[in-house]
Amino acid sequence: MKNIIKFPEPVSIIQSASVVGKLEHEGPLGQYFDMYEDDIYFGKDSWEKAESEMCRRTLSTLLAKANMKYIDLDLVLAGDLLNQCIASSFGLLDCNAPFLGLYGACSTFAEGVIIGSNLCSTHQIDRCAALASSHFCSSERQFRFPIEYGGQRTPTSQNTVTGCGAFLLECTGYPPYITECVIGRIVDSGIKDQNNMGAAMAPATVDTLMRYFNDSGKSANDFDIISTGDLGKEGYEIACELLYKNRLDMWGKYTDCGMLMYDYKKQDVNSGASGCGCSAAIAASYFIDKLKNGCKDILLIGTGALLSPVSVLQKQNIPAVAHLIHISNSRN
Amino acid sequence: MDIKEYKKYAENRSKRTSSLKNCVLAFIGGGIICVIGQVLFNLYSIFTIEEHAKLLTSASLIFLAGLFTGIGWFDVLAKIFGGGTLVPITGFANAIAAAAIDNKKEGFIAGVGAKMFIIAGSVIVYGVSFSILYGVAYYFYLLLI
Repeated sequence: MKNIIKFPEPVSIIQSASVVGKLEHEGPLGQYFDMYEDDIYFGKDSWEKAESEMCRRTLSTLLAKANMKYIDLDLVLAGDLLNQCIASSFGLLDCNAPFLGLYGACSTFAEGVIIGSNLCSTHQIDRCAALASSHFCSSERQFRFPIEYGGQRTPTSQNTVTGCGAFLLECTGYPPYITECVIGRIVDSGIKDQNNMGAAMAPATVDTLMRYFNDSGKSANDFDIISTGDLGKEGYEIACELLYKNRLDMWGKYTDCGMLMYDYKKQDVNSGASGCGCSAAIAASYFIDKLKNGCKDILLIGTGALLSPVSVLQKQNIPAVAHLIHISNSRN
Repeated sequence: MDIKEYKKYAENRSKRTSSLKNCVLAFIGGGIICVIGQVLFNLYSIFTIEEHAKLLTSASLIFLAGLFTGIGWFDVLAKIFGGGTLVPITGFANAIAAAAIDNKKEGFIAGVGAKMFIIAGSVIVYGVSFSILYGVAYYFYLLLI
């Protein structure tokens, strides 16, 4: 099995954009996001439409920052958590660019970047945008209970991020680059509790990281940041223990977007953040900022729990997938 | 570590909320709701007969729970008091009102009407079913004695 896919030509992230909600803006990374919205409805009349509006704003911000128009896009890759990916498809209705809708649960952003980079790197297309979004209210409604329902959450549960992040990809020869990737395998961890998705996703993360480090011969010291998408505190701690058992020491390098997004002391988010928008918004803001200010190599592992409300009710395990992308300031 | 071992390991390490704290808070929250109910009952009893006062009390608590759900207070209270707010009639009212609000955008027929009982529906179905079973059993019990 081929573990690492190295792109023939490194693909440049020529621009990035992120739009988040109020809670995310009030978090520790608030200043890094391009735009935020206090209104949970984003000026629309339903949460699904709000998420679509958020996608639309993200793509238009991305293009405005790059000084481009919709017509300059050869492809848009987008995904979200809603049934039939309506947030992306309705939000990007106006852009009139070729469109691929994706679903990889919370790994969607990494999935989109991998596909987009492949197409750009082989020069089948010149330029593409990859984005992923999630909205707290629309996800709660889809996967859990009505918003106003009075329930209590377990300490291992996570808070879905209201946010959207996007990369604009093109082979221009300027850093930062996407240089290589690992496409994750579906891993069944045996976990059935949808309020413990960190634990469900940790084994998939470890599987992908082991495949990468065993094959590349690199160590954690070759990277400035190694970050998973949305394991939260619970999944992060489990992943650390599993990596330690596999003799992969990542001490001091390893972090998780689900832990970076919120302030655990001030914000009531239990185990941390989750959702497609979590890794997408942080990668498109905080990590890009880090790459501009000294960091050279970042590994982003998009982690997705492949459950549905139906599979949960039918008492099936929660399988997970983790895709890795290597973002670097050097071409190799 | 195989799947079974991992599942056990993950379940063992996941933190649980403290049962004692939950019980105390539920006792306080549920107690306050019952006190409100009792105050309402005593007030209604001044104006009407006991049976009507009982019905009015239940109806008032249902109305208040619905109102608090609508203005977004109920879930905040439920987060603190847990079972204390859910076990009395207020929890049932919240489950129906919350689902109705959530599905409003899909229209009154396919949204509110159809999805209103998405959480509380099973309570009604099994509540009615077991009442019938109990009624039949009670009938035969009366015949026997």
